[in-house]
Parts: sequence; structure tokens; C-alpha cells
Amino acid sequence: MTAMQPLTNLRELDVARIRQDFPIFSQPVHGKRLVFLDSAASAQKPRSVMEAERGIYETAYANVHRGVYSLSQRATSEFEAVREKVRRLLNARETREIVFVRGATEAINLVAQSFGRAFLSAGDEVLISHMEHHSNIVPWQMLREEKGVQLRVAPIDDAGELDLETFEKLIGPRTKLIALTHVANALGTVVPIERVIRLAKEHGIPVLVDGCQAVPHQAVDVQALDCDFYVLSGHKLYGPTGIGVLYGKAELLQAMPPWQGGGDMIRSVTFEKTEYNELPWKFEAGTPHIIGAIGLGAAIDYVQSIGYDAIGVHEDALLAYALRELSKINSLRIIGQPRHRSGVISFALGDVHPHDIGTILDQDGICVRAGHHCAQPTMDRFGVSATARASFGIYNDRDDVDALVAGLGKVQEMFRL
Amino acid sequence: MNELRDLYQEVVLDHARRPRNFGAIHGPSHRAAGHNPLCGDKVTVTLTIADGRVADVRFEGGGCAISMASASLMTEAIMGKTEVEVRAMFEEFHAGLTVTDEGAALSALAELDKLAVFAGVREFPVRVKCATLPWHTLVAALDHVSEPVKTE
Ligand SMILES: Cc1ncc(COP(=O)(O)O)c(C=O)c1O
Repeated sequence: MTAMQPLTNLRELDVARIRQDFPIFSQPVHGKRLVFLDSAASAQKPRSVMEAERGIYETAYANVHRGVYSLSQRATSEFEAVREKVRRLLNARETREIVFVRGATEAINLVAQSFGRAFLSAGDEVLISHMEHHSNIVPWQMLREEKGVQLRVAPIDDAGELDLETFEKLIGPRTKLIALTHVANALGTVVPIERVIRLAKEHGIPVLVDGCQAVPHQAVDVQALDCDFYVLSGHKLYGPTGIGVLYGKAELLQAMPPWQGGGDMIRSVTFEKTEYNELPWKFEAGTPHIIGAIGLGAAIDYVQSIGYDAIGVHEDALLAYALRELSKINSLRIIGQPRHRSGVISFALGDVHPHDIGTILDQDGICVRAGHHCAQPTMDRFGVSATARASFGIYNDRDDVDALVAGLGKVQEMFRL
Repeated sequence: MNELRDLYQEVVLDHARRPRNFGAIHGPSHRAAGHNPLCGDKVTVTLTIADGRVADVRFEGGGCAISMASASLMTEAIMGKTEVEVRAMFEEFHAGLTVTDEGAALSALAELDKLAVFAGVREFPVRVKCATLPWHTLVAALDHVSEPVKTE
């Protein structure tokens, strides 16, 4: 063990240096150092993301896929270069499998509306889990209203783990799609998505994976996973809001009808007949979020410059430390005890409402999320209406955990726990 | 820390922990449910008005200390009051927390005796809705609004 020590140190992230890359940390909150523990809701942005966006505006901005002039061609090639970056990030086979969307929510709605409308009919089933974000529940419910598609929900156990045995039993002849989170945003559970996908493949069922909370923390290989769809939001990956990704296997995307109609998604339009564009532009109607994509590209570069190996080592150690320190607080209860956790810790403190916790911590510059985390069914499963949630990113370290623990001490003092 | 002490005053913590008039009236003359979707605070207010006055009022639900204490103190404050008086109290309470002119706000709150403890909420704009939810729900009950009240 001692022999391992130097190696671990070597790979440890230089958090102080990383923080310098994020301008927001130079600004105090209520006169205190910012302790940002809400990256699962949205991560802070490194300077390089802001500079990339500004750089395009200043040197290469024009609409994409349109102009014959060189500025537009440069904008287009910068924009399309990001698609290639995303392809490499996810190890997709082809760039045309990468569709730019507004975010994970839009990606799931796209699949529900396009794939769902075209290939699912009344009585067909979509299988999800009990720990999904609302964005992986509501689009399927809308499809249920529209088409009579059934929603099946795989239970989770008291630890916040997917009950795989029941999950398998819920797969039936009418199951036409499995849509699951990779990492649960309210609990931090890392779902054994590889096993789930293998199971699904045995039954020939396509799988959509919601990777929002996975991509900021771990490398993802969609070919190795063999998932059919993978969705993510740029703003949780240190990139801008308003840009996200739908990965879909080419043959599936090809077979799916377009979702929105307009410019860019067409090849030719007459009033009698419109020919749709090829992938991926078939799904990108209208002027895309050019600047958002550029920012996302810079965010991907930034994350990769640090490297998922280093991020994993750092964040695992930080989570372990946080779990250990939080467990020492009497009256603190951690909601969800998954064997494999990533990014977030949800907790309750005595009978203090999470909003009161959030307000008191905020006075010390500590940002945590308080609420249902857009996962009300998860909250119901654990018999709470809300939790406080600390989530971690590359710029967090033990000092942040210590600040959180000290802040929770103040909450206890105030509420006499 | 001082602003926090102003927010979480003893009276507030006491009422949050041991809410008064907690429960529901069977066969009330008025009833409404309120919900703050942002934080999940939920409150149901039932009351009976007899001879033009609040003969009984109860609330139930769950939420943060501010919303629970506000509901509890509200039930105490309006007991025995006429409907006109109750509505005037709502106006004053609401003004006390939301009007930007601090002097005007504090003098509105000063009219409300014990309820003036919520003056500290003014420093925490996102928490104002927690304090006003029970009151909005009460007014909805008086108005016989059957849809749940939302603060959003
Ligand atoms: C697991 C998960 N899925 C989906 C979403 C929705 O992401 P967005 O709001 O960026 O579309 C979130 C965001 O909180 C999430 O955590």
C-alpha cells in the first residue's frame, strides 16, 4: 500500500491550478470562497470555453452550411470539427451518428417523437427504471397519451441499485425500447449498463442510455457498450447550456423519420415534395447552436487534457473522503448507498428541510442543490419529498468537503440537532 | 450568521418543530391546497367560518421551517378574525415581505404582531415564497378555488 502512495500522488489532480482555469472561482460569495458542490445540475465553465466562443465570434462567425464565402466555410468546418470531437469522445463509429440537440431532454424527446411515433404502437412497452430524471419519464408518458404505449418501471432497492432480477422479468415480447440512466442524478448510482444492454440484446431490444451524469466523470465507448442511443448535455460537461448530443446507431437514425422540419434538414423542397437531408442534418432543423457547439468542443478538449483516468482517480478518492466525513455527522442520513457511486451524494440532516440546509450553507458560499432533483419518483421511493445533494467535479477537493461538513455543523447548531 | 439568526428566529424554529393547529377539520366550510413546485412544500388549509369569523383553522402538509412556521403562526393569527380582517392581514403580510421600500414593508409587518418575525425573510428573496405559500393557500380557500395553488 505504501509503495502505491507516490503513484497515487503523481496522478492526483492539481485542483488549485484547475480552479484558476475557471474564472468564477475568483469571485467570492457572501464574502466567502466559492464552494461549488452543484456540478450535477450544471458545471462551471473553464476560460477556454469562453475564449473559444469569443474567438469564433471575433474571427470566424457566419451561419453554417450556407455561405459560399470563406467565413461561412470556416464557421462550418469549426462546427463540424466539434462533431468529430464528440464522435471521438464517445467512440462512435461515424460522425453522422452524432446529432446536435439542445440537451439531453431534447435528445430523449427526439427519440420518443421520432423513433417512438414511427416504430411503437398501442400496447408496446418502454422499460425505464425508478431512478430516472423526469426527462426520461415524461417524454414516454406523452407517447403513452398519444399512442397507447405502455410504460414499465423497473424497481430499485433500498441501496438505490437497479433490481436486475425484476428488471429482467419485466422484459417481455412487447418491450420495444429500454431507456435507462447511466448514472442516477439524485442518488449517484452507477447503473451496470453493460449488463443491462447485454440482456436487452439477447431479446433484440434497442437501448437508450441517458449519459448526462456519466460523461463528466468517466470515459464512454458507445461501440463497446453497444447501446443504440446515448444522450448527454454539454452544460454538465463544463460546456455551455443549450447544446447537447444524441448519439444513435446510423441504421436506426436512418430508419427514423425527421422530428422537426425546416431549413438545414432538407435536400430539396417543392410544395409537392420535400427530400430530407442525410444524417445527421436530417435531425438538425434550423440554424443550429453554432457557438454552443464550439464551446462544447473546447469543453471536451479541456476534459481530455486532464484525462478521464486522472478525473476518475481524483473523484473516486474525493467521494470516498466525503462519504467518510459525512457519515461522522450524527443525524445525517445518506440517501442511497449504491456499491458503485459517481459524482453525487444525496442526504438528509435530522428533520431539517433541505431548503433550510441550502440557505444556511449559502451564507458560507457553499452551493448545494436542495429539492427533488427532477426525480420525484426517486424521492417517493425513499419516502422523502426532497434531499440536499452535494455533487463533485474536477475543481472540487477535500477543502470543499471540509467546508460542507463545517457548514452542516452550523445547520445543526441553528436547529439544535 | 446574523442574517441567518434573523431568518431562523426562536419563534420560527419553535413553530416549525411544534406546529400549532396542525391537522384537518372534518367538514370545513373552506379548504384549499397549496404547493411550491420548486422545493416541494405542500400545505392544505381547512377552516370554518361561522358568524363571519374564523371559528377554527388547521393546516397540514410538509415543507421547510419557514413554510411550516408561517402556516402555524398564520393559524394562530387569524383565529377569531373576520374574513375582511384576514384578507387585510394577508395584504400586509405579503407587502411586508415583497415591497421594496423597506420602511413601508416593516411598518406593514409591524401591524401583524408576532408575524413580524418573518421580516428576516426579506433578506432571502428565494425564500419569500416559502413564507407566503400558506397565506396564498388560505386566500384560495376563502375564494373557494378548487385548483391547487402554486407559487410558481
Ligand atoms: C440524469 C439526467 N438526465 C437528464 C437531465 C436533463 O438534462 P438537461 O436539462 O440538460 O436537458 C439531467 C439534468 O439534470 C440529468 O441529471
